[in-house]
Amino acid sequence: MGSRIEILNQGGFRSDGRRQFELRDITIDLSQQGQADGSAVVTHGLTHVLVSIFGPREAKIRSQTIHDRANVNVEVGVAAFSTGDRRKRTRGDKRILELAASIKSTFEPVIQTNLYPRSQIDVFVQVLQQDGGLLQACINATTLALVNAGIPLLDFVCAVTGGVHSTSPLLDLTLLEENDIPNVTIAVMPKTGKVTLLTMETRLHVDRFEEIFKLATDAAKVIHGEMKTAVQSRTSMLVTAMGSAPRVGGGDVVDKDNDDRMNEF
Amino acid sequence: MRPPSPSIPEKEFLYTSLKESLRLDGRLPMEIRTPTLIFGDNLGWVECSLGKTRVLAQIEGKMVKPPPERPYEGIITIHSEISPMASSEYEPGRPSDEEVTITRMLDKVLKRSDAVDKESLCILAGQRVWHIRLTLHFLSDAGNMLDCACLAGMVALKHFRRPDVEVIGDEVTLHEPTERAPIPLAIHHTPFCFTFAFFRDPMIPPIIDPSQLEQRLSAGLISIALNAQRELCVLQKLGGVPLDPDEVLKIVTIAVQKAKELNNIVDVRLKEDWEGRHVEVR
Repeated sequence: MGSRIEILNQGGFRSDGRRQFELRDITIDLSQQGQADGSAVVTHGLTHVLVSIFGPREAKIRSQTIHDRANVNVEVGVAAFSTGDRRKRTRGDKRILELAASIKSTFEPVIQTNLYPRSQIDVFVQVLQQDGGLLQACINATTLALVNAGIPLLDFVCAVTGGVHSTSPLLDLTLLEENDIPNVTIAVMPKTGKVTLLTMETRLHVDRFEEIFKLATDAAKVIHGEMKTAVQSRTSMLVTAMGSAPRVGGGDVVDKDNDDRMNEF
Repeated sequence: MRPPSPSIPEKEFLYTSLKESLRLDGRLPMEIRTPTLIFGDNLGWVECSLGKTRVLAQIEGKMVKPPPERPYEGIITIHSEISPMASSEYEPGRPSDEEVTITRMLDKVLKRSDAVDKESLCILAGQRVWHIRLTLHFLSDAGNMLDCACLAGMVALKHFRRPDVEVIGDEVTLHEPTERAPIPLAIHHTPFCFTFAFFRDPMIPPIIDPSQLEQRLSAGLISIALNAQRELCVLQKLGGVPLDPDEVLKIVTIAVQKAKELNNIVDVRLKEDWEGRHVEVR
């Protein structure tokens, strides 16, 4: 076994150089992937996840149609090269099935499924690289992909992981930290501050849990800020490309398709 | 084959009564069904029932060669396939969503939480370790099979006694239970699982230990596994209606109290059974 890596050293730095409450670098890419109606590639540090959304469209599996709502179908694929050692995971792997079931039950109450009866919304999650915070990245990517696909949601769903190292709480854990300290993954709807998803698999004292729980709910709001910025910048880029927005910096505004009246609303 | 969805009168009746904190079986919102534990002749055979929900747990131990990456630890495997005997909605072969949830939760509560000390299961490092196999049979589903299964599994682990083994040099001698008294497993802590159901209507309070109908009509479930020492082992809220952080903490506090009560009940039952079984070797 190699040398023990310090989770949090004397100077307050973690093994990857971050501070206690510092989140990893987030990159969000909302460009179109293939034929998908909506897609997003989200990275949290070294964890890369790609989500493609197809739908709402006619249900492929007739037996699963619901007469008054859309059916949300989630499939997760973990690439064999995603972890340090190459390991092929079968589709029936219980951990992957659980991941898919968690994503499905997280988004079912958030997507306004009653607007699309008897249809199906397919969510395909592809994990490209894993370095801790897998569920967190999947949920964030799914939210962005759904927004990108134009599927109406009640609110964003922002997820973050938190852990406790002896008595110090940490946020956004890497794989090394996740394997070592008790950790919890939380997904929050920022408008109301309510918690949609909460999982913890390791032993943690109730008092410590309260602390990290409150901290993580606040951290999720920070992620919400990033997601909102990304969505807004992509939308403004699309709108400028379509030519229907007034150009910034003056100049004559030419209303080619007579929808200037729309701007009054 | 999925059973038909509850009828509208059933739905309305349940929601209306829950708004007045009345449950269909007469329980309080925060009252669990009293668990009944029946022990079989063999050690490690337990049938646990929560009302009409019944789960049978059985433990076997045998000596095997450990995998090369973990030569000092024993192996614990949990087998829990839900057959259509529990309810017609479960199909053999294909794990339904609920089955996956139950299997994963059992894995987290009984294995990942390190309830049983695996190093004590080592007989001869790198050569022989104990392989403890826990098999769960789901006999009947009247709601909340998860809590019942976790309880059955945990009590079976506490009830089981493995044969005594003597190691001299490189030789391993297995003593029959009639020669030497069998030894209990080294259990670090006893996690108990509690499932709470909550509903879309904010006027309806969350309820513990949902029955079949309550589970089907709930808008979300939260499962908490913890031990009597106020340590949370597993916390799982997979989607469902969003909850206020304060509500979650309130539920955790209630679970802490229930864990203490359940721990006492289990201890009393185990002691009763052991008294009846007492065998002295002279």
